Amino acid sequence: MAQFEDQRTTVYKIDPEHPESATLPTLRTEELLLNMGPQHPSTHGVLKVVLELEGERLVKSTPVMGFLHRGVEKLAEEGTYHQFIPHTDRLDYVCAMYNNFAYCRAVEKLMNITVPDRAEYLRTIVAEIQRIIGHQFWLGTQALDIGAMTVFFYCFRDREILLDWFDELCGARLTTSWYRIGGVERDFTPSLFAKLRQFLDYFPPKIDEYVIFLEKNRIWLARTKGVAVISAEDALSFGLSGPTLRGSGVDYDLRKYEPYSAYPKCEFSVPVGKNGDTYDRYWIRVQELYESVKIIRQCLEQIQDGPIMADVPSVTLPPKERVFTNLESMIQQFKLFSQGFNAPPGEIYCGTEAHKGELGFYIVSTGGGKPYRLKIRAPSFIHMGAFDHMSRGYMIADAVTIFGTYDIVMGECDR
Amino acid sequence: MSHLATRIEETFPGPFIKATEWRGDVAVIVKREALHDVARFLRDDPSLRFDYIVHVSSVDWPDDEERFEVVYEVYSIRTRQRIRLKTRVPESDAVVDSLTDIWRGADFMEREVYDMMGIRFRNHPDLRRILMPDEYEEGYPLRKDFPLRGKGWRDTFEFLDEPTR
Repeated sequence: MAQFEDQRTTVYKIDPEHPESATLPTLRTEELLLNMGPQHPSTHGVLKVVLELEGERLVKSTPVMGFLHRGVEKLAEEGTYHQFIPHTDRLDYVCAMYNNFAYCRAVEKLMNITVPDRAEYLRTIVAEIQRIIGHQFWLGTQALDIGAMTVFFYCFRDREILLDWFDELCGARLTTSWYRIGGVERDFTPSLFAKLRQFLDYFPPKIDEYVIFLEKNRIWLARTKGVAVISAEDALSFGLSGPTLRGSGVDYDLRKYEPYSAYPKCEFSVPVGKNGDTYDRYWIRVQELYESVKIIRQCLEQIQDGPIMADVPSVTLPPKERVFTNLESMIQQFKLFSQGFNAPPGEIYCGTEAHKGELGFYIVSTGGGKPYRLKIRAPSFIHMGAFDHMSRGYMIADAVTIFGTYDIVMGECDR
Repeated sequence: MSHLATRIEETFPGPFIKATEWRGDVAVIVKREALHDVARFLRDDPSLRFDYIVHVSSVDWPDDEERFEVVYEVYSIRTRQRIRLKTRVPESDAVVDSLTDIWRGADFMEREVYDMMGIRFRNHPDLRRILMPDEYEEGYPLRKDFPLRGKGWRDTFEFLDEPTR
């Protein structure tokens, strides 16, 4: 301690005629450990990252996760397949619909159920609305983290319209549980169709508006261009998916390459970035907003009347109105919820392209009404694995934007 | 049998145990000593090129002699196919070679398997608990003998499910 005191107080005299002869003291440097979080507002939940700093540069960062761990995978083993649907809402609580969708698809693959056409269209429409909500939420919060507050209000204004639409559809804004194994819970009403058409006309100019705010904003460009660069090979090796992977130039979108639901019947393109930086990922997400609008438009044109639930009475739920009026349906509903359906022994993995990335469910069944093992492939968790690699060498302020670039939600990350 | 499974069986006739195909998913079970070699082959073989790691998981089969099953699911962006690579380990020696040097994403995923199931990974750079607290000593939560309500201090709570009269 005394040595440092000496260093600071020593007065170094420099001969003005021979300044080069002066011996300046070597400054003592040391790495600084900084705990960011778990209550930091930009961590989008409760995440702690231990940053090792050299000056303002990040040398190493160690994410500490698990503050929101609720043991969802363990809970899944104790309930029936139907009972797990509300748990999936609480994974990525910003985009519950897509979690329901991914889970129901996995169980349908396990049970080998084909969903009727109308239900597939309804599912695709709602999934794309959820993608719009997710990207709006991302854009708003990412801009807010960087300091552009206005974009946040504009994004959330339009997000509200869609959340109200969800409210009218299923009675909940965030924890929706609208998807069912084999179909959907209820059909759209004419009013919902009308509101959706109105929104599709209203929304594309608003996307242009968000872009105007950011595209020429010097701060936004400085904070996103060339930040958190990851090469395509590294991104693949880390298992990144969704816009985070496509930003690096890898054309990987499950909607295109393992088509499901009504996506093969719609025409849309998959935007792919070049530089693998935060700006490219932002650009991809904005382009996906336009693509989602396109997909919803096509679905609305193509949708036909028909059943909204697969007719497999041993697995799928009866319509609610029949449960209240018909004894057999009531027994069916009771049996399905108290005992569950009998799944064949086997194991499946089913991945779905959620707006964050590939959300997959790996289900092991040994027969009976409960999954023997259910593993959730959560994109947020896997993206955090690349955080250390992507943040090295950047400034401490960039750590905030690097969390943001993954679109991280801790409910999904910690499960 | 799928051509992928045939490829693996031809290249690794000794360690290959079984291949299954169900609902379009191909799964190959190999001996754990060869897991690392098979994984490297899957990634580096020019006709396979499994460069993308999807997930690492584990299953507990308490009645079996080799109790734990470690599951790696990988995908090939170039050839657009996926395969599930599985191996079994006994409880007394639950160690598998880490695949972190092949797919870097395996780092966090293997830590999660260690945290939840207690399977250790040899040559893993940083094998610590990831979701549970570092100092957690009540076991591995996803094992089948771990009760749903938890172990340790939580078990000492009085539950009000019995009538108190």
